[in-house]
Amino acid sequence: MTTLTKTEDAPVPAGPDPFLSVRDLHVRFSTEDGIVKAVDGLSFDLERGKTLGIVGESGSGKSVTNLAVLGLHNPKSAEITGEITLDGQELTGAREKTLEKLRGNKMAMIFQDALAALSPYYTVGRQIAEPFIKHTGASKREGRQRAIEMLTKVGIPQPNLRVDDYPHQFSGGMRQRAMIAMALVCNPALLIADEPTTALDVTVQAQILDLLKDLQQEFGSAIILITHDLGVVADTADDLLVMYAGRAVERGSVKEILTQPQHPYTWGLLSSMPRLSSDVNEALNPIPGAPPSLLDPPTGCAFHPRCGFVDQVGGASCTSERPPLALGRAAACHLNAEQKQTFFTEQIKPRLG
Amino acid sequence: MLRFLVRRSLGAIVILLLISAFTFFLFFAAPRDPALLACGRNCGPDALAIIHKNMGLDQPVPVQYWHFMAGIFTGRDFAQGPCPAPCFGYSFATGDAVWNTIVDRFPITLSLTIGAAAVFLFVGLATGMLAAWKQGTLLDKLFSSASLVLSSMQIYFIGPIVLTLLVYNTNLLGQPKYVPITEDPVGWFMGLLIPWCVLSIIFTAQYTRMARSAMIEQLQEEHVRTARAKGMSAATVFFRYAWRGSLIPIVTIFGIDLGTLFGGAMITEVTFALPGLGTLSIESVLRTDLPTVMGVMLFAATFIILFNIIVDAAYALIDPRVRLA
Repeated sequence: MTTLTKTEDAPVPAGPDPFLSVRDLHVRFSTEDGIVKAVDGLSFDLERGKTLGIVGESGSGKSVTNLAVLGLHNPKSAEITGEITLDGQELTGAREKTLEKLRGNKMAMIFQDALAALSPYYTVGRQIAEPFIKHTGASKREGRQRAIEMLTKVGIPQPNLRVDDYPHQFSGGMRQRAMIAMALVCNPALLIADEPTTALDVTVQAQILDLLKDLQQEFGSAIILITHDLGVVADTADDLLVMYAGRAVERGSVKEILTQPQHPYTWGLLSSMPRLSSDVNEALNPIPGAPPSLLDPPTGCAFHPRCGFVDQVGGASCTSERPPLALGRAAACHLNAEQKQTFFTEQIKPRLG
Repeated sequence: MLRFLVRRSLGAIVILLLISAFTFFLFFAAPRDPALLACGRNCGPDALAIIHKNMGLDQPVPVQYWHFMAGIFTGRDFAQGPCPAPCFGYSFATGDAVWNTIVDRFPITLSLTIGAAAVFLFVGLATGMLAAWKQGTLLDKLFSSASLVLSSMQIYFIGPIVLTLLVYNTNLLGQPKYVPITEDPVGWFMGLLIPWCVLSIIFTAQYTRMARSAMIEQLQEEHVRTARAKGMSAATVFFRYAWRGSLIPIVTIFGIDLGTLFGGAMITEVTFALPGLGTLSIESVLRTDLPTVMGVMLFAATFIILFNIIVDAAYALIDPRVRLA
């Protein structure tokens, strides 16, 4: 059981510390126009062997959060506060040398666009072998053997030939597999996959997700899967974190969130997803309005300018007070539990079909 | 690769033909008779006609051009004697065989340009990368403003200043001169040190700025971030991943700059009285010495094109994506 799936009345996790724990993370970028609050008070936990899906619109802070976990933000432009602990080790404020030893070794990342994320100047094999050589002290020859082994594992045909190819000689799906091989070469305990399938067509997408699942079973890694595609999450993730404007607005298990969502933003996300079972003539219900500027986010609940349920909350708490989000199954919304239940079953659920 | 070389060589031949034709006909468009120079004072029309005939100037210009171009490959016979291929004729001004003069003077220009290129590539890339590494610091700002000032320093302005300061006033260095490297490597180096530095100053400044911006651009590339995400050290990321990509724009500009470098070498040679091809070409233009002008022009153009092909081939070494294309 992960701490995320515990019920609302037990917000503080009991027992040993979770494998990855993020507490009150803030990431701010200074720009010419002001300070961008890209991540604004985010907390979550993740256990070994589990997959956490993070969903949200572009610019909701998904990628920024995970780059912060790896410590890849430029310290000159990004201000990071809060606590990130991996297996008991504090990552925020850790020395660069310490992070270097963890990156690619204990924690690794799969990037979205493999063509841009792989260096065009070195062979695929060399790029896969590099972190292995660095972190395990293996020789060049062992590194190459390991690269071939990894390429075999991710299903690249003729791996002992393709190992000497350059990324541009690979197809899109193969490049993404090579990227995965590179991330997994040191059997990382934490794997962050940033929209690993967005650039791929649907059949390849399914293969890549299966591959991730298989590899997770083999190595017991914890996976963070960043996506804006709820369909991907439904098949792959155990827990789900819905992000909006740099904050988490709802968390719970995938099943809970997909069947009993509690936050109006999540309702909007689900309503804007096409379903096979729904009538072809029925229009989708996109969320009205546009994501807020992170330079000057709305007061109170960041979602209130686009929310259709503001009137249902007594007083002006939606515009003045930021709703808290407990750990465990929770939604950051001022509606009370009964209202959430009622509105969802009466107004939203019938539309989802 | 072979196809690339064949294609480029054919292109080079066309370019050289165009250059030769252009130079040749431009020469005859000038209202000066080279025979008058050779004829001296008290030159009667009869004497002039004989000189014209000897020089081959009595024939129509296209025929002269044909003879000249054919001579390069087959050799020619002149009144002065036979001229074996590659024959660029005899100088109107001195009567020496042009090819021998070029072969004589070329090592000076070659030493000057290669040395200067080494200086500006090394110093320019090193300072540019250092500025990128220390981006935003005082050092970066210092390098950036210095390169801005230095890139507006002309050779004929800075050359005499350096000469005055280092040679005439303080005697720190000797008068710039050329000693063949085969005779005295140290003397060769010391004699050319000032010309190298002066010729390379503008280039150094430009390459500093170029290397800095290319590095900074590369450091923002996604694949460079991936390298960091793999746990590569900052130095590995900088010198292996970012540096490789930053070379591509620099190599491109270097290919274009080769012609400019030769132009700069000309001015440098004149500034420091080095008897290289640059000095020779300026002398021969002033003396309406057609064979020498043609010889130097074609020789220099061949070299610049050849180096350009080498530079383009170097692309394939740097960027594997070019190899198959």
